[in-house]
Amino acid sequence: MPNDRRLEREAAKRRKHRRGQAIAALSSVVILGGLATLILTSPGWPEVRETFFNWEVFKDSFPDVAKAFWLDVKIFIVAELAILVVGLIVALVRISRSPATFPLRALSVIYVDVFRGVPTILLVFLIGFGVPALRLDGLPTDPVVLGAIALILSYSAYVAEVYRAGVNSVHRGQRDAALAVGLTETQAMRHVVLPQAVRRVSPPLLNDFVALQKDVALISILGPLEAFREAQIIEAQLFNFTPLVAAALLYLAVTIPTARIVDRLGGPEGAVR
Amino acid sequence: MSAPGGPVLELREITKSYGEREVLRGIDLTVREHEAVALIGASGSGKSTLLRCIDLLEEIDDGDVFLDGEVITDPAVDPVAVRRRLGLVFQAYNLFPHLTALENVMLGERRAHGASRAEADARGRELLARFGLAGREDDRPDNLSGGQQQRVAIARAFAGRPRALLLDEVTSALDPELVGEVLAAVRDLKAEGMTMLIATHEMSFAREVADQVAFLHEGRIVEQGSPAQVLEAPQRDETRRFLRRFQGITQSI
Repeated sequence: MPNDRRLEREAAKRRKHRRGQAIAALSSVVILGGLATLILTSPGWPEVRETFFNWEVFKDSFPDVAKAFWLDVKIFIVAELAILVVGLIVALVRISRSPATFPLRALSVIYVDVFRGVPTILLVFLIGFGVPALRLDGLPTDPVVLGAIALILSYSAYVAEVYRAGVNSVHRGQRDAALAVGLTETQAMRHVVLPQAVRRVSPPLLNDFVALQKDVALISILGPLEAFREAQIIEAQLFNFTPLVAAALLYLAVTIPTARIVDRLGGPEGAVR
Repeated sequence: MSAPGGPVLELREITKSYGEREVLRGIDLTVREHEAVALIGASGSGKSTLLRCIDLLEEIDDGDVFLDGEVITDPAVDPVAVRRRLGLVFQAYNLFPHLTALENVMLGERRAHGASRAEADARGRELLARFGLAGREDDRPDNLSGGQQQRVAIARAFAGRPRALLLDEVTSALDPELVGEVLAAVRDLKAEGMTMLIATHEMSFAREVADQVAFLHEGRIVEQGSPAQVLEAPQRDETRRFLRRFQGITQSI
């Protein structure tokens, strides 16, 4: 009786689905509830709540921190655009095969090795304090600009390698086919290989941008009033860490949407179900 | 069908090695205008390598290839200009997956041959329609069957008005029921007088379409002649062995 068996199978599937949901709910209650109980009943919780999650302080400090966060947003938007361009140029130089570009190719290897290998916070320090110390005319002295340059140099090194991996992942037959229809090597790269490479690496590119969006806080060591620094100042005045929590929420407000875009580009496997 | 004319492609003493492995050991072959030459031989006998060498995707070690009487394998010759006069169809289609069928056909027209967008668009649509793909212009390759993809690839290779088409086992990657539609496209090109060098495993197709059959064995052309001579009454033991083994395979399918 195929009809009966089909109904049976569907019923079994429903039972399995319901049981799965019940297990998920139960384990969430146990784990999250356990964690919450552990924190809320800890001996220091009343003080922690007072210094980190003080609603009055949050209300008073949030507008100032949010205003300062606007500077972070401006910096990372400009930096991301610059990184996309600089990273691509470095990657293309490194991929190129022409003998004429040999010195540039060597430079691009050194650049990637050095700037990817030095901690970003050191780069911000070295460029932010080192460049003005040269006292050369024409070089920027604004700490916001210098900080952004440090971030661009650091992240472009990563992004160049992401682009390069993307180009290498495009099958050789694509280049062959592009040459076979009469394109030059440059046209084959521009019209056939790069478009496929960029599509393939957009999830890891955005992933690097999530990292960049929070690393903008590193610029605070040079003095500009961005969200983290503003929060620190208020914190020092009130002896209360709540403004830092406010800043953290603002960073999350931009990094989480970016992460969801990464998930969507990466296909359904990436999403939480 | 037009009668064969003067030589379009002439290969003289072509040799090519990959390290220690000699793939081509002195190939002589002529393809005349309007002529279709079928290149047969076991897998790994060097058929694909030979076609890639002619299209200058691989560099030969020694010998000369002439296209319309001009040597094209001289290092001083611009390979891009040569490739614009030839068409190559790959076994695995190698369509551009990020472009639509129409854009695949238009790309060479636009970028290599300097056609305007409107010209390339019109020619692309005309060619797709000619190969039975009207209505599929805006489909990406992964929405097309293997046979449709290979017909787009043929249209793409043909779009640049090549002097000769090089076909590299264009049906080998296809499901058996899709082979016919691709062979029909090749037959159509032959009827119009296209000069072609066809590496193939389809013996019956070689017999039907080719004016000449060349048997490639261990990097040499050991036998060449009309399809009747080479396929029905081969003179050389290697050819007989190859055809016998091949018939065995075909019959067992």
